[in-house]
Amino acid sequence: MTTMGHSEASFAAGRPQRLVDFEQRFAEERRHKRLWTFVHLVLFAIALAGSVAVSDFNLVGLMNGLPKAWNYIVGTLPKLSLETLGADLSDWYWGLRFWLRLLVETILMGFVGTVLGGLIALLLCFPASRNLVENTGIYFLARRSLEFLRTVPELVFALIFVFAFGLGPFAGVLAIAVHTAGSLGKLFAEVNENVDPRPIEGVRAAGGNWPMLMRLGVVPQALPNYASYLLLRFEINVRGASALGIVGAGGIGQELYVAIRQFEYTDISAIMLLLIATTSIIDITCETIRHRLIGQDMQAGH
Amino acid sequence: MNRTTHGEIARLRRTNPELFSSPLIAQIRTWALWLGFIAALAYGLWWVDANPMRIVNGLNKLGLLVGLMIPPHPGDGFWSYVHAMLETLGMAFLGTVIAAVLAVPLGFLGAKNIMPNWLFHFGLRRIYDGFRGIDGLVWALIFVSAVGLGPFAGVLAIAVGDLMIFAKLFAEAIENVETKQVEGVRAAGGNDTHVMRLGVFPQVLPVMMSHVLYFFESNVRSATILGIVGAGGIGLALSDRMRINNWQEVAFIILMILVTVAVIDNISRSIRARLIDAAPQN
Repeated sequence: MTTMGHSEASFAAGRPQRLVDFEQRFAEERRHKRLWTFVHLVLFAIALAGSVAVSDFNLVGLMNGLPKAWNYIVGTLPKLSLETLGADLSDWYWGLRFWLRLLVETILMGFVGTVLGGLIALLLCFPASRNLVENTGIYFLARRSLEFLRTVPELVFALIFVFAFGLGPFAGVLAIAVHTAGSLGKLFAEVNENVDPRPIEGVRAAGGNWPMLMRLGVVPQALPNYASYLLLRFEINVRGASALGIVGAGGIGQELYVAIRQFEYTDISAIMLLLIATTSIIDITCETIRHRLIGQDMQAGH
Repeated sequence: MNRTTHGEIARLRRTNPELFSSPLIAQIRTWALWLGFIAALAYGLWWVDANPMRIVNGLNKLGLLVGLMIPPHPGDGFWSYVHAMLETLGMAFLGTVIAAVLAVPLGFLGAKNIMPNWLFHFGLRRIYDGFRGIDGLVWALIFVSAVGLGPFAGVLAIAVGDLMIFAKLFAEAIENVETKQVEGVRAAGGNDTHVMRLGVFPQVLPVMMSHVLYFFESNVRSATILGIVGAGGIGLALSDRMRINNWQEVAFIILMILVTVAVIDNISRSIRARLIDAAPQN
């Protein structure tokens, strides 16, 4: 009876105290959080003001610029009427055969560039995986070179290669390949770092040398992921290849550049729609294949 | 030991042949796929005219260029390059912010749980996807024609190029919202605004912020080249230096881009890591 009375008394006295403590801590946390939010907002505002100042962005410019941009985009659309739809369409797509040829060239550039880049990435990804090389010097070197290949923009490589290899799609393919090697090499290396070490130990125990370890211990596990990344990169590269023509590296970009420079308004929308359709088809196809690859991977129990 | 293993394998091969060979149709399909792949590659190489002579000549010229680039030197334009770099960063930042702000309503429109109409949602998503097919550089070309040379065209190009991708990512983030918290707010008597503010927003914000930061990184990379078509920033300086064959300065500008990109990547990666830690764990 007395113990119970005692605990009741402490309960009655302790609860407000705990509540007060809690409220105090809550208020403190809240103040702390609000302070940090405020600091972040100030930093953000400073960055925004700085960018506005440095990029001569102003509301007057925006107000003048946006209608201009809108008019431009509307101006690129052809006048189609229902009565003469066939004639209008053939007028709009007067260069279809030529454009389709260039579109094929763009896709081929993306494809060859992805394959060549993928091969280089496959060679470089093993020395760039921390779990597969003992020598930190080799690891460091491989990582840095991959970083270099992927950080220099593709277009800069394209400009340099146009100087060295001449105008045309070959320079574009090389630029895509070099950039792809860098970005895929890093992704492949990350896949390699996540493989199960037991098959590698198995091959080592059976007396395999380093290339055998890679071929038999690592590649079979990592292959579906390689393929998935390769397909993803192919999508990106077709899109990138469409821009490379602007610096003279082949593909549909050249034609688009000419159309924009010479104000061939309806040509611009025609080529852009073709590009959107092509990349959408490629995206959807690659996505289906990727899902199937990863599905198989899961069925195999990885 | 070795012999018995081999003998055992031979015996198993005899008794269960189907375990050791894939069905004929699968074999034919694999071979056909490989043949098609190699044929496409060979055709592509032929199309781009990749002959050994050309490669050797080109590599010689490339070696010459690299020789001209060493040592990288800023010439007397160091401060103008710094300014151009700041312009590039400003373009990327402003473009990303504008795209992110405009993408929020588009993201809500494209989310399945906000807009239940299947056809509307599907059509909108296809539009978002379609616009991704246009490279940022093409947008830059168009905006340079529309609003004139300078960084303003670059800002617009980045904003328009990212808008649709953000809309799609935001829509996905909104679709993945945990319904329990939404129901909790509703059960406690919150109205629709409260549900958005307290149930949806806190879950979505860290994801959105993380996407935005990631795109800021990638926009810094792409903003470096927008100048090549006249949209301001360091790319303009770079293509000018190439045109007048000043390769030492070209090399210096490329190094500057590499350093800037690395710094931005590191900052944004650490912020993103913190955001993800702060995000509610599902």
